[in-house]
This record gives sequence, C-alpha cells and structure tokens, in this order.
Amino acid sequence: MRLFVSEGAPGSLPVLAAAGRAQGREELLISTVGPEECVVPFLTRPKVPVLQLDSGNYLFSTSAICRYFFLLSGWEQDDLTNQWLEWEATELQPALSAALYYLVVQGKKGEDVLGPVRRALTHIDHSLSRRSCPFLAGETESLADIVLWGALYPLLQDPAYLPEELGALHSWFQTLSSQEPCQRAAETVLKQQGVLAFRPYLQKQPLPSSFEGRAVSNEPEEEELATLSEEEIAMAVTAWEKGLGSLPPLRPQQNPVLPVAGERNVLITSALPYVNNVPHLGNIIGCVLSADVFARYSRLRQWNTLYLCGTDEYGTATETKAMEEGLTPQEICDKYHAIHANIYRWFNISFDIFGRTTTPQQTKITQDIFQRLLTRGFVFQDTVEQLRCEHCARFLADRFVEGVCPFCGYEEARGDQCDKCGKLINAIELKKPQCKVCRSCPVVKSSQHLFLDLPKLEKRLEEWLGKTLPGSDWTPNARFIIRSWLRDGLKPRCITRDLKWGTPVPLEGFEDKVFYVWFDATIGYVSITANYTDQWERWWKNPEQVNLYQFMAKDNVPFHGLVFPCSALGAEDNYTLVNHLIATEYLNYEDGKFSKSRGVGVFGDMAQDTGIPADIWRFYLLYIRPEGQDSAFSWTDMLLKNNSELLNNLGNFINRAGMFVSKFFGGCVPEMVLTPDDRRLLAHVTLELQHYHQLLEKVRIREALRSILTISRHGNQYIQVNEPWKRIKGSEADRQRAGTVTGLAVNIAALLSVMLQPYMPTVSATIQAQLQLPAPACSILLTNFLCTLPAGHQIGTVSPLFQKLENDQIESLRQRFGGGQLEESLELKAKAPPKPAVVEAMATAGPQQIQVLTDEVTKQGNIVRELKAQKADKNQVAAEVAKLLDLKKQLALAEGKPLETPKGKKKK
Amino acid sequence: MAAAAELKLLEKSLGLSKGNKYSAQGERQIPVLQTNNGPSLTGLTTIAAHLVKQANKEYLLGSTAEEKAVVQQWLEYRVTRVDGHCSKDDVRTLLKDLNSYLEDKVYLTGYNFTLADILLYYGLHRFIANSNSASICPNPAWRHRLLQVYNSGYPNTTCCPPSGLSFPYAL
Repeated sequence: MRLFVSEGAPGSLPVLAAAGRAQGREELLISTVGPEECVVPFLTRPKVPVLQLDSGNYLFSTSAICRYFFLLSGWEQDDLTNQWLEWEATELQPALSAALYYLVVQGKKGEDVLGPVRRALTHIDHSLSRRSCPFLAGETESLADIVLWGALYPLLQDPAYLPEELGALHSWFQTLSSQEPCQRAAETVLKQQGVLAFRPYLQKQPLPSSFEGRAVSNEPEEEELATLSEEEIAMAVTAWEKGLGSLPPLRPQQNPVLPVAGERNVLITSALPYVNNVPHLGNIIGCVLSADVFARYSRLRQWNTLYLCGTDEYGTATETKAMEEGLTPQEICDKYHAIHANIYRWFNISFDIFGRTTTPQQTKITQDIFQRLLTRGFVFQDTVEQLRCEHCARFLADRFVEGVCPFCGYEEARGDQCDKCGKLINAIELKKPQCKVCRSCPVVKSSQHLFLDLPKLEKRLEEWLGKTLPGSDWTPNARFIIRSWLRDGLKPRCITRDLKWGTPVPLEGFEDKVFYVWFDATIGYVSITANYTDQWERWWKNPEQVNLYQFMAKDNVPFHGLVFPCSALGAEDNYTLVNHLIATEYLNYEDGKFSKSRGVGVFGDMAQDTGIPADIWRFYLLYIRPEGQDSAFSWTDMLLKNNSELLNNLGNFINRAGMFVSKFFGGCVPEMVLTPDDRRLLAHVTLELQHYHQLLEKVRIREALRSILTISRHGNQYIQVNEPWKRIKGSEADRQRAGTVTGLAVNIAALLSVMLQPYMPTVSATIQAQLQLPAPACSILLTNFLCTLPAGHQIGTVSPLFQKLENDQIESLRQRFGGGQLEESLELKAKAPPKPAVVEAMATAGPQQIQVLTDEVTKQGNIVRELKAQKADKNQVAAEVAKLLDLKKQLALAEGKPLETPKGKKKK
Repeated sequence: MAAAAELKLLEKSLGLSKGNKYSAQGERQIPVLQTNNGPSLTGLTTIAAHLVKQANKEYLLGSTAEEKAVVQQWLEYRVTRVDGHCSKDDVRTLLKDLNSYLEDKVYLTGYNFTLADILLYYGLHRFIANSNSASICPNPAWRHRLLQVYNSGYPNTTCCPPSGLSFPYAL
C-alpha cells in the first residue's frame, strides 16, 4: 500500500503516528505530493493524506486511514471510539480548521484563535476528567487518542493555546506528545518550524466556510443528557423527604459585614465605572450585573458576603466634563454619582456599599501604599517628554491625543494604544499628533514624573501568580492577557500626571501633580471599604480568611491582575489579592449587517424608559453574557427569548403548577405518592441543581441560567405527559396521581424561584409570595432538591409572571435606539474603564449639555451670518465658520448623530 | 429526515423489535441514544453501528480490515459532506464524485452491501427527493439495487461482479 502525504498538511500527523501499527504487516510506501495534486481519481478536489490499498481502492479520510492501521494490528472497533471519531469529524474539525486558519493564515492571536475551539477543548477535558481514565476510550491509548491528538497537535503544541485550567486535557496531551510514534510524526511534519510549517499548505485551502458566522453566538451550549444510577435516585428521594427540616438556621444579618474566622468570607468587587459616563448595557453586564448575580448566589449559599462598587471619579475626563458643563469637578462627580446609583438601583444591584473614590480615605490609603513603595525602592523619578496643547493650555492625557500609529500607520491611533494593531504607544511617538479637543498640534514639553518599577516586582508577581492561578477560577481570557504581558516582560509605568483633579502626590516637587488614575483607581475598592467600616483591614489585609472575586471586562485585566498586585506586593503590607479574576468578553449591539452603520447602544437610564421591567433586562443580558466569547445584544432576540424562554417555558410552568394547586385543590398542596417516574424526575432535577451549583461556584453565570430553564422544561414535560387536568376528573387513583403531579410540580416551581433569585430578584420574590414559600426556604439554596411545600401547605394567589413582548413594540424600540449614532460607539465594549473613553463620554452627553451646545451653535451661526452680511474679511469669516463647524460637530457627538461629511471632501 | 426518524427506520429494517428512545442535542439536533447498560451514545453513525451490532448483523460493518475502514470512511462522508450545509455546486461535486466512485462497484465496499450504503442513501435522499432533475441522482443503478435490498430486509448480500450491469451515467 502507498501513503500519499503533502508537506505541511495537518492530516499527516495522526496518519504517521498510527502508521507504526501496520509495520511489519504490510509494506508501506510513502510518497510526497503537492498540495494541489489530485491523487484519488474519483474525487474532484485534491485530498491528502490518502492511502492507496493493494486492492486499488483508496482511503481518503484521515480517520479511516488511522482506523485501518489499527485494524491491521488486531484492534477491534467499539462504540466509544466510533463516537469520538464521529465527534472529531463533525464538531472538532470545523472548529479546529477555523482556529488554525485564523492563526496560521490570518496571523490572529489569543482569543480570536482559541474562541472557536474552546467549547470542543472543554468537552474533551470534561470527558477525560468525568471518566477519570487517562485516555479517551479507556485505560490504554487507542485509535481515538491518536486521531484527536493529531488533529489538536498543530494548535496545542503552542502552550499559549492549551488552557491551563483544562488540567485533564493538559496531561492527556502531554502524555501522548511524549510517546515515540507521536514525537516522530510531529518532527517529520513540523520540521521544528512550529505552527508555521502548516502555512504553505493551509494557504492553499479555502476559508473554512462552514464555521463562519458561528463566532458570535447567543445559542445555548449543548445540554448533555445524564444517566442516573439507582443510588443517585435513592439519594435524591431521601434528601427530598427530609424537607424543610434539613435547612440550616439563617445566618443573622450583620452590619457592617466583617470576615468571620472559620467561615467562607467572600469579598466581591465590580469594576468601578468611570463617573462621567452613563453606563451602557455592556458596562452593566460586564461588571455590576455579573458581580450581583454572584453576590446574590453567594448569600444564598450562606457565605459571608460583602459586595462593593463605586464610581471612579478622578482624572482628566472629569475635568474636561466639568469645563463643558460649567461645573466644578466635584459637582460633576456628585451629579453623575447619583445618576449611576439610580441606574444600579433600578437594575436591582445588591451592593452592600456603593461608594466613590474622591474621599479622604482614598488619599490616605493611596499615599500610604505609595510611601511604602517609595521607601522600599519600587518608585523612581524620571523626566518625561509629554505632549502639551498650547491652545488648551494643558498637558494632554493619552486619551486626548490622536495621531498616526508609529507601528502600523493606522491614522486614528490613541495616545496610549493603537486600536488597530493593539500595541501600546507612548503618546510622543505618535506621528502627526492632534489634540482631540481643539485639533491643534501639541508640542513636546518635559516634566518630572514618578514611575512604578514593575520590572523589580515581576518576580514577586510571578511567584504569587504561580500560587494563585492553579485551581482558581480566573477566566481563560484573564489568564491569557496576564500571560502575554509577562511574556513580553513588564516595563516601568508612570504613575503621576500633570493634573489637579486627583489624589495628591505626597512628595516635594510634586505639589502640582496627582496620581494617575490607573494607579489609584483599583485602590478605590479598599478606600470604599474603609468608608464603610473602620475595620476595613479585616477584609483587605487578610488574605488567609478572605476570598476575593473581582469582576470586570477584559480590558481591565492588566490593572487588576498585574498593576494592583504589584503595588500591593511591593507595599509589603499583607494585602488581600485577587483570588478569582472574572473577566467578560465584549457585548456588541445589534451586530447585523444592516444596522451597523446606523446602530446605537442602549444606556442604563434609557432602559428604564422602555417600559420593559428591570428583571427582563437582567435576564436577557445574563442570557447573552459575553462569557468565553463576544456576544451581541439584539432586540429581536430579546423578544424571542422573553416570549419563548420566560413566557412559554419558565412562566408557563410556574403559573400552571400554582394554578393547579389553586383550582383543583383549593390552594392546598396535595398529598404526594411518588412513582418510579416521579423519583426519576426528582433525581433529574437534583442533578440539574447540582450542575447549577457547580457552574455558579465557577462563576459561569450564563451557563448556570440554562440549568434553570432546563429544569422548567423538565417540569413542563412532566405536566404535559401526566395531564393532571384530565386525571382530576377521573377515578380515585387518577385523582391521587393528579395530586402527586401537582404537588411535585409546585415544589419544582418553589425550587426554581430560589435558583432564579440571583438572576431575577423581583420575579423570584413574586413567585415566593404567590406560593407563600416559608422564609428560610427563600433565602437558602442547598445542593439537594427539598420538598419545601409539604402536603397541606396553603399557597397564595397565583397570577401570570411575564408579559409577551410584541413585534411592533420591539420594532419601535429598535428604531428609537438603532439610528443615528457614531460608528465608534457601535461596539458597546463591556467595560467600566478607569480610563475615560472620550467618544462614549460625549456620545452620552446629558440634555443640559446638548442645550448649551445648541445655544452656542445658534449664537455662532448668527455671528457668521452677520459677518457675511457685512462682507467682512475672508479670513475672519473662515475662522468663525471653522468654529461653527466645530461646535456643530460637538453637538452631533453629544446627540449621538452621525457627522455630516463636509461637501466636496472625501467624495471621489 | 430527522436523525431520530432515520434511526427508527433503520431499527425496523434491521428487525429490531424493541424500539429505542432517542433525544436530540444542540443546534444541529444530533441524536442521542440512552442505553440500558452504559453511558449514552451520541451521533448518527455511532448509534447506527451500535444498532447493527445489537441486531447481530455485524457483517453490515464490513468483514475485512479494509472493508471496515471503507465503511467507516463513507459513514464519515455522510455526516460531514452530505449533511454539511452545502451549496448547489458542492452537491453537484459530491454526486459526481460518488457516481464516478460507484462506476466499477456494486456497493460502496465493492461487492458487499453495508451500513455505509444504507446511511449514504438515506442522506442523499433529500437531494434526490427535492429534485425533479435526473441529473441530480447519483448512479441510478446503485439506487435501484439498494431499494431492492432495503425491501428484503438487509440479508447478507454479496453481489456477483457486475455482469451486464454497467452504470456509466452522465451527470
């Protein structure tokens, strides 16, 4: 037989690794052909590797070739191997070829590459760890291992794409890679060029089309069907029968909440939203709402929980905003702090503290950390060349400069980072710099500044990460970001700015400077706690007893995972450092082709005006939470999910269960006599509940929401199959059956109300009031499904929970929010930046500012008209016209309208 | 044809009396079979091969190493190529390739009727059924033979080499 291979074809890997099996049994010749050579006469398109058998027939499937080699060695086929190979062909390959194409041909990196395959990698990892076998189909290495290893090797041989948290996958892959046939195959194919060896071959392949469009997906992850053993069923039934009696006493409410020795003390922070932005849906899901779900869950578990957040108020952007609105920075902060607080109150965010960073505590703690860093030699002085706008008479913060990227030539690079190539930029290196406010060209001036010596702290940081990361619940994107920063090596970072509105620098010669927001914003968590209790150190200088969860969007990861830990480690003051860093991806807004040029976002204060209840917003945002990959907000999808999942599934089930109790049993929960089918259902619900717990313990919020919906689907099916409304009219036995079904269903509804509490607190409370669920059962969620509404329990009045969203209603909302915004704000980045985002800040201007600008435009328009009427000097008119245009531009920005292109320009 | 219906049909033709229960998973509605003694099985061809063994008709999976590998190759072809979302051009290529492969064969493995013929035929059915044009039918002789075999309940069929039956078929 003859094997045809091609240079750099990924399929050669498993085939060569498996070829050893056939050795000595038949003669195997290997020929190398070009990637576009048609070896198989009956196939139109070229295909390698191919095995030509002695009979003349061809095997052109990589798996089939491997299988053949294994069969020759006497191996017998089995179901599990078949299943793995079918999965490899249908699920893994499409995802992998997309990932490889992005990596090798398009040169993408990080999450762009890992995104498409993450689900598949997790599936392998789960299967390995669930079966606790070292190999896919059992105790020994077999066909499935070789085929999957060969498929995965091109990607996973780069450790950056082998996620650390997938431990089982990790060790499986290492084991196989170290085996001789695999090693040899890898050497032959990769020729020590790494993944680039595949480039010549992959370049000639068509774009993996089947995977296109799957990248942004709001569709649920696959639901795996569980098998139940008799023991599991028996255990679930025993737990159920114990009922309310097995609930522990409620832990008393403390004020202030402080860590307790021997308890699980959970400290939760949400990224501090920047004060002068009205938060948009992306901000809300990215941090405060995600953290709220976890905080509420943590309280349901009776963990000692403190959830804090606040507004981040210092910085240039606040100063600018104050100038614009004619207020002092303090007044601006007061005003916007209240706006933020109101929005979060409306969204029902359960902060224990919602503070702010402009407090004496902030100054005290920041200066203390700084002094400690200074005396320990982790801060140094240096002269900095900085851009100063003479027109605006101030040094320009990075975000206020725009220019041409010195690395890639992108024309709208920001002063700190290029959006195109992602490289960090030193603002003075920008080509053709422009002041973003007045568009004049800034000049370079030198100024003394302080630097945090991150390279000196790098080793401590790595030690700490080495201890913290394994076994923690850091999200994969956070791990990836930190890893790549460390790989590039840390550099000193400037921590001071020529500003007034900030934390003063306690050092001679720095009286007119303040700390840069990214140095002190993360200290805000500490100072906000200090404003809540004078015993704040029991939370923040107590790493032994406190479990710190920090929620944010992924652009905030470096500040929380790197800069603050370095400051805290350097301060040597036993600070509590983040145990679990939970970062989301980005939420897009209506990312369809047609709305793109006209799209707008929905902002926190606008959500209230839509007439859609806060809980529905919470549900939908959590349902599409950008967990593991970007997702998109879509009005149509929101309508769909509300009507299908909430109305028809969850609401329908809970309402029916309650109605049956009211209508057929006078509001009194009937006697339940469990049949084997009921016991099986109990066990299924218990299993799903345990799955919910496992997911939420790992802060997989979006996935855990699916468990709730799955249970309610089970419930609906159960009612549908058993038809209590018919049986209630039947014989004695039928009536008893109707009672059991109703009783079990209403207990499932009670369980759902508690599971729902972190996601939809108002709806949860409504259900609990309707069912008159006893108080302890409302506030505690155990890992077992209990009978909390025993026979004889009297329920309250049942009424529908959800309202249908109508097409025309949603259509008018889409039109209201879907037109006339700048393209830049299209991508609602799920972030709460300590760095101000200028475009968004302006795009979300308040009505006052719009009024001021409108007045100014009118005024300026009159000036221009007058000058023209007087036939004034041409240059003078031109200058005034320029002012007018600029004002109009600002107004358009403030109103969120697209800019009008000046006539005659840019149009060719 | 939904996967579950297809498997039901297969069960019936294999003479399996006790019907299995199937559920579907994910957006592609991949079939899942809950087995009594062991974990569930996922995937159309995996379940189909399992049913064949259940019916003691292992010969439908091929008898030699070569045949077994060929059967699995075409089963894979069925779920990746035939079931993949393909354009009209893809379908055309696929049928042309199949036709040219079958030119000198009675069944996909050569002379022995196997599970690969069954599932590939089921899979192609939607193209053929949805098209009035004869040009979109792969090798009608193969199709005709398959129909005969289906109707007789999958006996252990080994065909004689194609004598008098040659199927060059112009697309």
